[in-house]
Amino acid sequence: MDLFLLLPILAPLAAAALAAVLGWRRLTAVVTVLAALSVLVSSAVLGFGPGPGTRFALGSLLRADALTVTMLIVIGTVGTLATWAGVGYIDAELAHRHTDQKGANLYGVLVPIFLAMMALAVLANNIGVMWVAIEATTVATAFLVGHRRTRAALEATWKYVVICSVGIALAFLGTVLIYFVSLHAGATSGDALNIDVLLAHAGDLDPAVTRLAAGLLLLGYGAKAGLVPFHTWLADAHSQAPAPVSALMSGVLLSVAFSVLLRVKSVVDLAVGIEFMRTGLLIIGLLTLLIAASLLVVQTDFKRMLAYSSMENMGLVAVAAATGTRLAIAALLLHVLAHGVGKTLVFLGSGQIQAAHDSTRISDVTGVLARSPMIGVTFLTGLAVLLGLPPFAMFASELSISRALADANLGWALGAALFFVVVAFAALVRNGSRMLLGPADPGAPAITVPRPVAGALVTGVVLSLVLGLTIGPLLEIFQSAGTVLGGAR
Amino acid sequence: MTQAIYNGVLNLAAGAFLLAAVLVVWRREVRAIVRLLAWQGLALAAIPLAEGIYQDDAALIAVGVVVLLLRAVALPLLLARAVGTEAHERRESTPLVNTTTSLLITAALTVLAYAVTRPVIALDPSPATRAVPAAFAVILIAVFVMVSRRQAVSQAVGFMMLDNGIAATAFLITSGVPLIVELGASLDVLFAVLVLGLLTGHMRATFGGTDLDQLRELRG
Repeated sequence: MDLFLLLPILAPLAAAALAAVLGWRRLTAVVTVLAALSVLVSSAVLGFGPGPGTRFALGSLLRADALTVTMLIVIGTVGTLATWAGVGYIDAELAHRHTDQKGANLYGVLVPIFLAMMALAVLANNIGVMWVAIEATTVATAFLVGHRRTRAALEATWKYVVICSVGIALAFLGTVLIYFVSLHAGATSGDALNIDVLLAHAGDLDPAVTRLAAGLLLLGYGAKAGLVPFHTWLADAHSQAPAPVSALMSGVLLSVAFSVLLRVKSVVDLAVGIEFMRTGLLIIGLLTLLIAASLLVVQTDFKRMLAYSSMENMGLVAVAAATGTRLAIAALLLHVLAHGVGKTLVFLGSGQIQAAHDSTRISDVTGVLARSPMIGVTFLTGLAVLLGLPPFAMFASELSISRALADANLGWALGAALFFVVVAFAALVRNGSRMLLGPADPGAPAITVPRPVAGALVTGVVLSLVLGLTIGPLLEIFQSAGTVLGGAR
Repeated sequence: MTQAIYNGVLNLAAGAFLLAAVLVVWRREVRAIVRLLAWQGLALAAIPLAEGIYQDDAALIAVGVVVLLLRAVALPLLLARAVGTEAHERRESTPLVNTTTSLLITAALTVLAYAVTRPVIALDPSPATRAVPAAFAVILIAVFVMVSRRQAVSQAVGFMMLDNGIAATAFLITSGVPLIVELGASLDVLFAVLVLGLLTGHMRATFGGTDLDQLRELRG
């Protein structure tokens, strides 16, 4: 069993090493896809294989429970789709001379490292190691964001690295304070930051210092999850990064950072009661929704529009986490998975539209459905997923989140959140229909779809449909994650 | 090392640590700021070294030596290389906040640091923990430096100071974090500063300077 805790980290690292030696070529690209697929396979074995609900490996360095399995499913699914599409994307970028062989080689090395670090973040038992992994994702993605080396890409990279590093530094300070209170609660120095030890000692943690630490952790990991007040990097980075990387950042990285916050929350809730994190998450979540919805309304750039839609969804996830009940956590995890796949569809589609038009302005693009049925239909599907339309899974997750909020007597927060979600809905529909519908302008450039991108898109649509019609065995995983994090409430 | 000497070294290091941050706020020459950062790294390394010698802990002394090499030598050198040769890049010519106001804000932030850290000191009133407000003050001052400076290298110095402040907090309240976390975090910081250094070079090639005011294409 140890193997399947190690594989999600080691397989992408091996792919990165191979890419470092051989450079960007078909073989290394395919190996990266296989590495991402092995993350998915590992999550299936860990989730459905025989054995205890919580497993450990390498002593107690790695730990996998239902939340880990869920996040590995998200990383594996979106990772597979994005790296698969990446094969076609980079070849097209090379053909258009937007990048050179050196840039492609860098891409080939950094993307699997990025995947490995996200896997480490969800598999680590020590919250300090989680922090190291999350900060490493910033370093690994810096040159992916700036891949095109334009002025705008450079600006986005600088803001991304500086804002995320500062935000995440606050989370490290919070981690140091947690270590301090954990030692005072009687933990030994070697394992005082381990989640299992922290949960066991949670009742003895000094409440005053734990509150200070929790505030810092909330702000810090919130920065990487795209929550206010350190959200300003998000739209810049997501709009400048290559489409497959945008899909990974938006669909996976945000939720991986948030899952670390969920872990920390489970300890803090036991130490100081649920009210503290609930209040913090509600304020931050609702403010994030407010800002995302307002900026969606005035948006003129389609990649930025998708980025603010991710922010909106993370705001909703934060509100759901504030509720903290088993239902809310299970719904939140379904939401994260469905959003990851849906966002991948629209980001991959937007990459091809951008390649055709050499622009990301909404007003430059019209009649995509008529011009390229492949991009049009998959983009439309992705949009329908993100809008929470039935039969897609976000319909069910948003309903369940609403119910959980109502059950927890947070009707006012539900009202506010729904208002922002409706505003965002209207903005996405207006801009989406402007791009997709309408007759094809005879002078418009042809939208090409490389075969790997088409393969990833079709698979993504099928996955979205299946996920919408039945979540089958996943329900059990989500519910046990809800129990792990929310208790039996 | 006796208790009295240990306390003395600890207080001196914490004081020098905070003083370096205040001087960074005061100075406008980018090179001088980077030099001050190196001095701050030295003051930071003195904390684990003193604790290691006092507690007779070889691992902590080793960590102190690594901190010394990384934060007093390697990282300042990396940043010094990123400073441009043009006159307009070597000086913060048009500060967003003038020096007098900056120093007043610094004083206010230091008072705030004392208020914020009261629960930490209450939990463990040892000599080392009593110095924690100085480390927290450096963290707050570093954030202020990052938002008020316009040269890319100055912002990177602010980031390094922030990191120094957090490392100092860790050494003061818990004699450092577990080794695996310490190593990982140091590696991350090293890479982050490398990335910032490389980006400064790209910025100079693309924008003809490292004034962050030029970064205003992306908005809304």
